[in-house]
Amino acid sequence: MMPLTDLRDEYDIVVVGAGPAGMAAALAALRTGVETVLMVDREVEPGGILNQCIHNGFGLHHFGEELTGPEYAQRFLTDLLDHHIDIATDCYVLDVTADRLVTMMSPAVGVRQVLAGAVVLAMGARERTRGAIRIPGRRPSGVMTAGLAQKFVNQMGLLPGKRAVILGSGDIGLIMARRMTLEGVEVPGVFEIMPHANGLTRNIVQCLNDFDIPLHLSTTVVEIHGRDRVEKVTVAPVDDRLRPDLSRARTVKCDTMLASIGLIPENELSQKLGLRIDPTTAGPVVTSTMETSRDGVFATGNVVHIHDLVDFVSQESLLAGENAARYVTGRRPPADNIKLNPGANVASVVPHTISSDREHTVYLRVRKPMEKSWLRLGEVYEKRLRYVVPAEMVSLKVRPRFLEHFHGDSLTIDIVPRDEPGREEQ
Amino acid sequence: MLAAARTNGQGARETSRTGFALEPSGTVAHTNRGQPALAPPSSCLHPVKVKDVTIIGGGVIGCAIARELTRYRLDVVLVESEVEVGFGTSKSNSGIIHGGHHTKPGTLKGELSWAGNQRWVRLAQELGFGFRRNGDLTVAFDEADVEVLETIAQQGKDRDIPGVEIWGPEKIRLEEPNLNQDILAAVDGPTAGVVNPYEACFALIECAVANGLDLRVESPVTAIESGGDGLLVHAGGEPIATRFVINAAGVHAEKVARMVGLLEPTIRGRKGEEYLLDKRLAGIVHRTIFPCPTPTSKGILVIPTFDGTIMVGPTAQAVEDLEDVTTTAVGATKAFDLARRLVPGISERDCIAEFAGIRAVAGSNDFVIGPTSVPGFFNAAGIQSPGLTAAPAIAEMLVHQLGEAGLDLVPRPEFKRTMPRPVHAASISVGELTELAESDRKFARVVCRCELVTEAEIHDAISRGARTLDGLKFRTRAGMGRCQGGFCTSRCMQLLAADSGAAMSDITKRGDGSWLVLDRDEIDANEVPA
Repeated sequence: MMPLTDLRDEYDIVVVGAGPAGMAAALAALRTGVETVLMVDREVEPGGILNQCIHNGFGLHHFGEELTGPEYAQRFLTDLLDHHIDIATDCYVLDVTADRLVTMMSPAVGVRQVLAGAVVLAMGARERTRGAIRIPGRRPSGVMTAGLAQKFVNQMGLLPGKRAVILGSGDIGLIMARRMTLEGVEVPGVFEIMPHANGLTRNIVQCLNDFDIPLHLSTTVVEIHGRDRVEKVTVAPVDDRLRPDLSRARTVKCDTMLASIGLIPENELSQKLGLRIDPTTAGPVVTSTMETSRDGVFATGNVVHIHDLVDFVSQESLLAGENAARYVTGRRPPADNIKLNPGANVASVVPHTISSDREHTVYLRVRKPMEKSWLRLGEVYEKRLRYVVPAEMVSLKVRPRFLEHFHGDSLTIDIVPRDEPGREEQ
Repeated sequence: MLAAARTNGQGARETSRTGFALEPSGTVAHTNRGQPALAPPSSCLHPVKVKDVTIIGGGVIGCAIARELTRYRLDVVLVESEVEVGFGTSKSNSGIIHGGHHTKPGTLKGELSWAGNQRWVRLAQELGFGFRRNGDLTVAFDEADVEVLETIAQQGKDRDIPGVEIWGPEKIRLEEPNLNQDILAAVDGPTAGVVNPYEACFALIECAVANGLDLRVESPVTAIESGGDGLLVHAGGEPIATRFVINAAGVHAEKVARMVGLLEPTIRGRKGEEYLLDKRLAGIVHRTIFPCPTPTSKGILVIPTFDGTIMVGPTAQAVEDLEDVTTTAVGATKAFDLARRLVPGISERDCIAEFAGIRAVAGSNDFVIGPTSVPGFFNAAGIQSPGLTAAPAIAEMLVHQLGEAGLDLVPRPEFKRTMPRPVHAASISVGELTELAESDRKFARVVCRCELVTEAEIHDAISRGARTLDGLKFRTRAGMGRCQGGFCTSRCMQLLAADSGAAMSDITKRGDGSWLVLDRDEIDANEVPA
């Protein structure tokens, strides 16, 4: 799209990031009645990571149909362009102050400062790298994140190699296993250190099983070989404490190793702003309106916590955008009065607080897989869950009626096996 | 300390004392290869322009020597086997400029360390690379350690190094509150500093090239003919006829010395693994933290690098394979365990990158610098720690020795001593960046988001000689941050390709064999098995 060459000095709302989170937030803000919205993105095109996700499977929840990544992004972009919105692409946000003075720069506008009535942080996430998990060996060319390989293949028409081992069973790795197979790249296997896969079940089935790509659970890469380019990797099974058993190590020939070992929220701006960060999600602590610990600064999408479906990112972000607009127009809902705590087998809960006066969607991530469990919200509510895995976020609708007789100020959410004595479901 | 130079059939050569207040230690045995006396090397029969000096090896030592030699009216060539300078051991260096108080007297290491330290301040100013005197602390956990500290402090006093003193626990806690509370005492070495070793290499070589150095990369030396008046260096292409050769080949210095028949120096490899931690930890220590040294090792350090990351290492492990730059699980465990003993808040969780380099350790365990029994063949070998610190002093010493050996050192009045400091958007104010962006909008386009590297910086690095992804990374920091190139690799490759007219599939990480991507037509996706 044509770069925006002129910016206002003030905007009702500045959205940092034009991926699925930023686009949904901007759209909701405009629908809620603010006049001026600026959405800023580092890339030349809005859409974020969706632009390189050319596979389908997006939008089943949000649009009720299966779309590719670029199609999903385009739906939002088309809606946005029906409103009046300023989109600054190829533009990098250098700083956001507590007074919501946003400093950004792009070749089109140079270095500019704009004042925002509210800010929505929607910077997304980055991939964990080989360095973060300290794989011993050499550092040849050919070790990259699955997302970078995806960009090479889908956006640049290049191939990362001829034979690629995939470390980690994150969704991008699974998608890339299939994608590369289709391009004629051999994929000798996916190696996952945990005893369970880290990607969505549907991706295991559609990307690995359908293409006869083996998934080796409780197995990891213990060494990378090759002086200039990857020549092989050594893989070994791990015990229940994730320690590799080197006596059972074997080598796998390959010229490429893709890492799909998790995502990390990109919170450099949040840290500069001094936002309170939840060490478990590595994202800002947020209220039920997705407001952070700084007044008028909202955050949404993968920058808050890693999602597995873009549809949930969109839902969360519509909420964030609406509330940013309500903040600017002086129509804020009642403040939160209940803190949510992660309990048994719950790693994280977002939002961190809720209000007893309205309905909320709460997102949880479990620590370990569990079949037939109870999800318990303190003493006030419980529901049966069939099967939970860390790779798939659990969502819970918390309705005001659950809280009618609750007078406390915090609730702990537990997920416990159903063979433990449970109360009857309400 | 001098070994007597043996005759080699071409007449005994007296190794001269240098005027550097130091004696060359590099005189070594030489095999008689039975060449006829005074016969010129065969290829010298052809009229070839004779170089004055050929430097073998573009590590920090070779680069420093090259820059020093280009002060004079000389024809100097540097041959480097890798695709860019500094790509061997230098790029994996810890980047510490030692304070000068750690090394024992009576060794070249000891004498050149403080001399080198003092020269880095000016070098950094002249050549525009980063250098910070952050100081160091060497800590003691028990009374035996304290005794060692006293020796170290005394070494500092003996060399008139300013500010070296012993601190008690209170002072330590005030200055470095995150150190282990069990530390009893520490030596403060305020003269110690940190640099980016690769930046220093690039700055030195760019200055030397600007002053007429003939730099030849991807030119591994395969043979050297000696005899007659000069030497003939085979390094791909036309052999280089030269009056002097400086062997600064790092871990390969033994191999190079063998090419002229020298049996020494012998070089053993000692691997050091380093672990780089996220900038989140910036400020956990301000000074480089040394444990109390043992007779064999300086131990694992906690280093606040020039760029604000924290580095843990280096380990020290003898290796047979001089290219064994693998990191190991054992090394990681050792590095982190020992680092935690110094700074308990250090954790593997914050690791963003790891790497290893091989120290070149000579048989004497000291630097081997100076003339040899082969006329014209000089060593700058066995340059292990504190080699980076000593590099500028080693360069001056060698140049002086070359002068003593008959090289005419006529100063060039037009010598460019300064180089423009490359702009790093990350280290200037928003105001300065605004101004730059007004004149060149490429300063307003961010390529590497983690380290805030702009497109203008990438173009500048390419114009200064970056030819590979690693060359760009080491010059600009693009790809060195938390995401380790996840986002900027493809963009850096595109810019390298555009500026050099190459295809994406021709771009490498660090030279031959380290290709990054393939063109689609290199795999036939529709290939039907017969």
